[in-house]
Amino acid sequence: MEDATDRIARPWGTRVPYGRHETWPARVDTFLAEGVEPGAVRRWVQSASILHSDGDAMDIAVADGRMVGVRGRDVDRVNRGRLGPKDLFGWQANASRDRLTRPLVRRDGQLVETDWDTAMDLVAARSRELLDSRGPGSIGFYTSGQLFLEEYYTLAVLARAGIGTNHLDGNTRLCTATAAEALKETFGCDGQPGSYDDFDHADVVALFGHNIAETQPVQWMRLLDRLEGADPPRLLCVDPRPTRVAEHAAVHLAPRSGTNVALLNALLHETIRHERIDRDFIDAHTVGFEELAARVADCTPKWAAEICDVPAARIEEAAELVGTAEALVSTVLQGVYQSHQATAAAVQVNNLHLIRGMLGRPGAGLLQMNGQPTAQNTRECGANGDLPGFRNWQNDAHVADLARVWNVEPETVPHFAPPTHAMQIFRYAEQGSLRMLWISGTNPAVSMPELPRIRSILSQERLFTVVQDLYLTETARLADVVLPAATWGEKTGALTNADRTVHLSCKAVEPPGEARPDLDIFLDYARRMDFRDKDGGPLITWDDPESAFEAWKRCSAGRPCDYTGLSYARLRDTSGTQWPCDDRAPEGTARLYTDGISWAHPDMCESYGKDLETGASQEVVEYRSLNPDGRAMLKAAAYLPPHEEPDEEYPFQLTTGRTLYHFHTRTKTGRAPQLNDAAPDVWVEVSAGDAERLGLGEGDLVEVTSRRGSLRGRLRVTGIRTGLLFVPFHYGYWDTAGGSGPGPDTPGRAANETTVTDWDPASKQPLFKTASAALTLVERGGGRPSPAPTTTASAPVAAGAAPPTSGGPAARTTEQEPTEFPHGHEEGAR
Amino acid sequence: MNGIDLTLRTLHRGERHLAHDLVTVAERHRTEHEVHHVATDLARWSREHMRQLAETAAERGVKLGEPPDHSTDGVFATLREKASEAVVHRPEPGLLLLRDLRELHVRAAENSLHWEMLSQAAQASRDSALLTLASSCHPQTLRQMRWTNTMIKNLAPQVLTSL
Repeated sequence: MEDATDRIARPWGTRVPYGRHETWPARVDTFLAEGVEPGAVRRWVQSASILHSDGDAMDIAVADGRMVGVRGRDVDRVNRGRLGPKDLFGWQANASRDRLTRPLVRRDGQLVETDWDTAMDLVAARSRELLDSRGPGSIGFYTSGQLFLEEYYTLAVLARAGIGTNHLDGNTRLCTATAAEALKETFGCDGQPGSYDDFDHADVVALFGHNIAETQPVQWMRLLDRLEGADPPRLLCVDPRPTRVAEHAAVHLAPRSGTNVALLNALLHETIRHERIDRDFIDAHTVGFEELAARVADCTPKWAAEICDVPAARIEEAAELVGTAEALVSTVLQGVYQSHQATAAAVQVNNLHLIRGMLGRPGAGLLQMNGQPTAQNTRECGANGDLPGFRNWQNDAHVADLARVWNVEPETVPHFAPPTHAMQIFRYAEQGSLRMLWISGTNPAVSMPELPRIRSILSQERLFTVVQDLYLTETARLADVVLPAATWGEKTGALTNADRTVHLSCKAVEPPGEARPDLDIFLDYARRMDFRDKDGGPLITWDDPESAFEAWKRCSAGRPCDYTGLSYARLRDTSGTQWPCDDRAPEGTARLYTDGISWAHPDMCESYGKDLETGASQEVVEYRSLNPDGRAMLKAAAYLPPHEEPDEEYPFQLTTGRTLYHFHTRTKTGRAPQLNDAAPDVWVEVSAGDAERLGLGEGDLVEVTSRRGSLRGRLRVTGIRTGLLFVPFHYGYWDTAGGSGPGPDTPGRAANETTVTDWDPASKQPLFKTASAALTLVERGGGRPSPAPTTTASAPVAAGAAPPTSGGPAARTTEQEPTEFPHGHEEGAR
Repeated sequence: MNGIDLTLRTLHRGERHLAHDLVTVAERHRTEHEVHHVATDLARWSREHMRQLAETAAERGVKLGEPPDHSTDGVFATLREKASEAVVHRPEPGLLLLRDLRELHVRAAENSLHWEMLSQAAQASRDSALLTLASSCHPQTLRQMRWTNTMIKNLAPQVLTSL
């Protein structure tokens, strides 16, 4: 199948059908820059993607000391050689001319270039001054889901034991906090139960608020290949948009935003009513079944149909699909995580698997997904509002154990309250008790809710802001010190995807100018601050990625995310391996909970749980009485309406989300020509019925307004649910005259101008899916189409309303049989 | 009036006060988003408790009032919210917040003790309707207390060490 495919026009490439229980055949996708012949490539350097959470393994092509392309790794269990559009084209952003190459400091209101010593001395001096005058609570760190494991771990040690602050969180708060919280609530501990290999074995795959075709396009290729093979799976899609998944689904439910708990309770009701439950599994491995059954007893499909605005018959069909599956895989993402009652809803999916006994065997997979490539590492390293190694901040033995690993006194590590979550860190900065905020690898001036508020926080004179990034982002423009970072391909480190697969990403080329790896920046800071352990030795004893990885292994030892069986050498030899990997599981672990629930015991669990409605912490005494033997906990929840509902002034529901061609705030993908051209500007999606009612059409420039702010974009009329608007969240201001925000000649462009500051009380994940908004016409499109892609959920409802999205010759990618490559082959998943 | 009627009346008043205080705290701390949203949600629980208490009392021939219509407080509510927004960049309201959370906790604890009394009396008098009422409402009162306790625990370190 040597083939050159335009992978902008055909994002998922060519089908390689395969049957149930077979190994997914490999297909090697290669993209080389124009004019580069395969023979000109001097080196292929091992890596994996950092533009989504799939963990697609790839090799970076290097010629003349620069990156010239990428190729999928056919030996890898995750992607079997395939690459998605962002993997294929995103790397070009590394060589963008507007990379930051020197540190910047603010002088007389302007950011000016300086040297590393000056910039880092300034950061260290301010840190010391604040520690002396205001204490560790005046310093906070907000990091990313896009750095490497070694970097998060180093940051966690220097923040928690060096500075001694409780204020360290990642932007994973916006994307994956609910996944972690839902796993903690049900299993007592974080850790993805399932494996992507479960897709090979499932007869039903249920996707809850998860547009996998655009968020993990390579796993969608896997599902498409199965759909064309023998004994294909049937799909349940819960999504208010006409996604590609919806198109292929046996049952598609498009519920009203903010009604997930009602829908899931109805599915549980039907499952129990029809006795489609595994009594033995429930008795052996769970607590709380009677309470759950009582809670959903009245949640009939008819009841849910009213709330969700979905026909009761469709809910019954969905219930039959998940209730009669032999091997059910469920995946959950932002449609659930970024709605109100996020944790309560995600936990009901866990409950569905537990009462059906769909856990810990091939095809019975539960995947609480991640949005970002290294979100799992942020979580396990304790850079996300948890302690490293999934240790429990309320358990003194866990804190003592962590203190032993770090050779500090337990009191050194703040554990008097839960690690502060990002939304609260920003609140402390707003009210002035936090005076220094170090932001690494993320762009809150575009990604956080209610941007007018975020800009006002970051612009305060009294807040000293350090921003570490690749470009002069919207956030960097508001900073006091900007540190130029090296990125993927320019530094080495490990990263772990959403199904616990650890990859090594190696340095292929030098970073531009004076840009430095994030790890080096953190180590430099630790040296300047002279952090010490309890014996007076250096707190941080490592000095490069591999020694940092070895240090992390010691911290992970004996914990659920045990890395002790891994090493850089092993990751080079074998490609991706799933944790836990230790002497009991030297080859890694495909599935958790194959032999009962292992980490929920009161002495071992990461969390004693929270009240799903109020977020109140439970104490060990309650946990012990509820769950003395450490079983999975079936936690029931009642449906509650969202805080903000449409009214006369703001008659629409508004949801934000991603598109296939962009990632996060578009800092990289907006600088890759093929990706940028595929979706060059913000747009607004509306249903055909609403468009007709309001006399609006394709390409009309419209304004979306909420109580917080407004944005403008060109309209795309799609098959989205009536009464709902969709705006992609990627677009900001770096490529506009506004720079960091709207200006006199720059209208609002970021979706988050309109979103609300409100979050799920349990996971503290902000709500991006349930706001109310008004839609007004600014000017007619006059034949100019919306910039929305036509290949995805944004496709126009009227064929031909917009020219088809294509990449032309610049996006030609080869797809080859793997035998033509020198990699060895390994057996697949089974 | 017997002791049970008296307890119903006391509890009804207690829940009314708590509902009112929760809403007031939510408005006064409009810029403490989690407090604002959760306190508003929890006020609903107390109003629902009042409704159930009034229903049970009516069956016993005791008349208790309706839950307060919160909208009558509109002007003051707006004032409280505006005042909160005016001091969004100040740390001092943190102290006021801790005081308010403490008051809410004490108020909820009083209600909890009265629910306890009611539940005990219901068992002693084998009044199953009364027992059902207490067992459906009391757990939520305990959750209200747990929430205020958690918020105080989480916020106090920052508020008290930064002034």
